This record gives sequence, structure tokens and C-alpha cells, in this order.
Amino acid sequence: MADFEPKIMTFLCNWCSYAGADLAGVSRIQYPPNTRVIRVPCSARIDPLFILKCLQDGYDGVLVSGCHPGDCHYISGNYVARRKFAILKTALVFMGIEPDRVQFSWVSAGEGEKFSIVISKVTETVKALGPAKKLVKHTHSFEDRGKTD
Amino acid sequence: MENLVDSIKKIFTDENLELLIGFEKGTLPLCATPCFIESADAADRLIFDFTCHNNLAKYLNDEKKRKGNTRKVGIIAKGCDARAIIHLIAEEQFERENVVVIGVPCEGVIDPSKLRKTLKGKEITEYKVNGDRIKLIGNDFELELDRAKLLSDSCLTCRYPNAPQHDHFIGEKAEPLTVNDEYAAVIEFDGKSAEKRWAYFEKEFAKCIRCYACRNACPMCYCEECFVDRNTPQWIGKSNDLTDTMIFHIIRVLHTAGRCVDCGACARACPLDIDIRLLGKRVEKEVMERFDFTAGLDFETKPAMAAFDENDKDEFIM
Repeated sequence: MADFEPKIMTFLCNWCSYAGADLAGVSRIQYPPNTRVIRVPCSARIDPLFILKCLQDGYDGVLVSGCHPGDCHYISGNYVARRKFAILKTALVFMGIEPDRVQFSWVSAGEGEKFSIVISKVTETVKALGPAKKLVKHTHSFEDRGKTD
Repeated sequence: MENLVDSIKKIFTDENLELLIGFEKGTLPLCATPCFIESADAADRLIFDFTCHNNLAKYLNDEKKRKGNTRKVGIIAKGCDARAIIHLIAEEQFERENVVVIGVPCEGVIDPSKLRKTLKGKEITEYKVNGDRIKLIGNDFELELDRAKLLSDSCLTCRYPNAPQHDHFIGEKAEPLTVNDEYAAVIEFDGKSAEKRWAYFEKEFAKCIRCYACRNACPMCYCEECFVDRNTPQWIGKSNDLTDTMIFHIIRVLHTAGRCVDCGACARACPLDIDIRLLGKRVEKEVMERFDFTAGLDFETKPAMAAFDENDKDEFIM
């Protein structure tokens, strides 16, 4: 599985992490191209169902990134999100799903460098885990995975 | 409980109740039925014993959907029913003054699926309780066993057999049935390898026929439209595809995280005896350790998942 390129879904909050990703772009910082970005208003917008749905639809990893604690545009969205994510992670780990498939990070608008590091790290760990097999709904054959996008 | 009917009649009149939710004798032995009483005279049919296994807080939700939150409702509450009601009031689902919690001591309730398994298809016509033993009597057989063998698993680890908060209490407070350590099953399961844990959950949830009995029995599932019923957009497939089923069960547990009072109504309602409580119990343990919150103990504390603390641990975040 040396040539395996994982598909990673990335949810970025509009106010910090998306701007951080933008900064990484305009600063021409290199990072792996395995992520697909969805911009959301706040990390608290992420229903755990979105994350499970991504795994079910064939993403090998999911990253959710929001503002640092105290920086939330909506004052407390990321605090509430943090509780949700802690519980989701507990449930997934308890069920025996690889914990590294679902990751969370705080990236501010000024941390383009950190954004690239986070993406590289997540890509690396998910690559090491190999293609996701648990919770994946096989609507098309396994060999075709990764070819269609 | 000799004085149950008399006490209820008195409370009904004193509190000016418009509805009382309790239990009456069911049509089958060992299975009481929830009943709804709208006048003190009708209270004669009320009973309370170990056959009263439903969580009555569910019917408080139904009452709200039917009549709004206008009538003054009394409810006969075991420890878990009371905790569910207290939590629902903490979630501001009901006006505190419209709900009269009438606590009763609970010595555990029967699990119908354990009874089914014990009887292996045979039917009983009556039963006799003698201390800790119970005698099941059918047309051509008699079977005597420990009553604890028929009790729901959630009762065997129950810490709150009496309502933690109540307006009235009938009878003597019961002692907790400390047969098993509450989180022993979770800790033991946590010790297994990830592959074994996954295999166990796959095996359990593969049995699921998506009847949603667990959801319908749960007092915390009061959403106007459940996420599995929603079809614009349709988040989750409606067949019994294993991944859809597992996502349903994970999300169900996450929706009840920090709210579940572990009454075990979901597990008792399950026609396929799926081990529904295990994952929920793990989440309950996490909520307790991480956020220092136990659902349904008082009316004031904000529920864990609706609150936050700036100093919550975030060791899992990069």
C-alpha cells in the first residue's frame, strides 16, 4: 500500500482555520493535496453525524479545525464543539475504530505554517493506517475506490 | 405497597392534579401497563411493583405533544423515571410547577427478554414472589428461581433506586441493588483489543432491524423529527445496511450523551436483545469523568452537553 493516497475531509471554520489555510496558500507553503475542504461558520456547526457520514462515504480520515479556545467568533462555539468532539472520539475509540482517523485541531488565521503542519501530520497518520474499512458503505466495488472523486 | 392507592388519591386531590401517570396490572402476568388517571376515583387500579418496567417520563413527553405543557401532571416515579423527569425539567422541557414527582421505592424491574429466555417459549399464567425467590407457574410446569435472574441489567448496577428529588414519596426508601459494579462491564470491554471490540459491535448491531423501539422507549428521544426519519436531506439510509445501522446507534448514543439516566428502557424494548447499553455506558462514564456531570440529579445544573468549561481537557486536539 505504498502508493496509497488517502482522501481526507477537512472542515474549517470560516473565521480562523479557513483564513489560516488561505494564509498558507498565499504564503506558498507546501502541504499534501489529500484534503478536501468544506468551509463552515464555526467548528460547533459540525454535527458528529457529518464526520461519520464522511467515513461511510469513503473518506479515509476527517479533520475538523476551529479557532483556538477564547478566539471563537461566536464567543463559545468552539468550547461547545470541544465537548461534542471529546464524546465522539470516546465512542469511536470504544467501538474499535482507529482514533487517528478523526482528528481535531485549533488553527488561527495567523497560523498558515501550523495549518500546513497539521495537514501533513494528518495525511501521514492516515496514510500509515491504510484505507478505511470500518463503517464504509460499499456502494461501488473496493477496487474502484479512489479512482472516482 | 398497601397505601399506594390511598396516598395517590390524597395527593391527587391536594395537588389538584389533572392527570396522573402510573401503572396498572397488565393483561399478561409479570408485565404491568402504563395507565393514565384523570380523577381520584379511578386511582384504585394503580399498582407498583417489579413488573412496572417502562420509563414513565416518556409519557410526559407525549402529554406535552398532545396537550401542550398546560395540565398539572402527577407521575409515579422509580429512581430512573424520576431522574429522567428531573433531567427533562433541567432541559426546560416542562414547567417545574406543572409536574408533581411522586417517588416510590424501586427494587429493580423485570427484563421481559430475560423472562422470554427463561421460559423458552412456554407461557406462564401466574407467579408467586417469596422474598428473593420467584415461582413461575404455567399450565403444566412450575419453575422457581432467584428474582434477580429476571431483573434488568441496568437495575443490577443501579445507584439511584429512589427519586433523587421528589414532591412526595410513598413508602420506605429502597437500598440500591449493588450486585455488580456499575462500570465493570465497560472497563472489562475496554481491555479487549480494538479488533475484538469492533467485531462485538458489528455482531450486535447486525441484529438490528431498525424498528426504533429503543428510540421510542427512551424518555430523552423527544425530537419532533428524528434524524433517521428526516429525508430532506436524508442523512442515513433506511435499510438495515450494517454501516447505516451502526451510524444510527452511534448517533443515538451521542444524542443521549450526558442525558441518559441508564434506565435501560431501550434495552428492554429491543426485540432482538441487542447490547444497546454498553456504548452509552462508556459515554456516560466519560461525561462523568471529563465534565463531572451525572444526569437527572437536580433541577438546576445545566446539562453537560449544553454547557462548557473553559478549562475542559483538550489533550486530543492538535
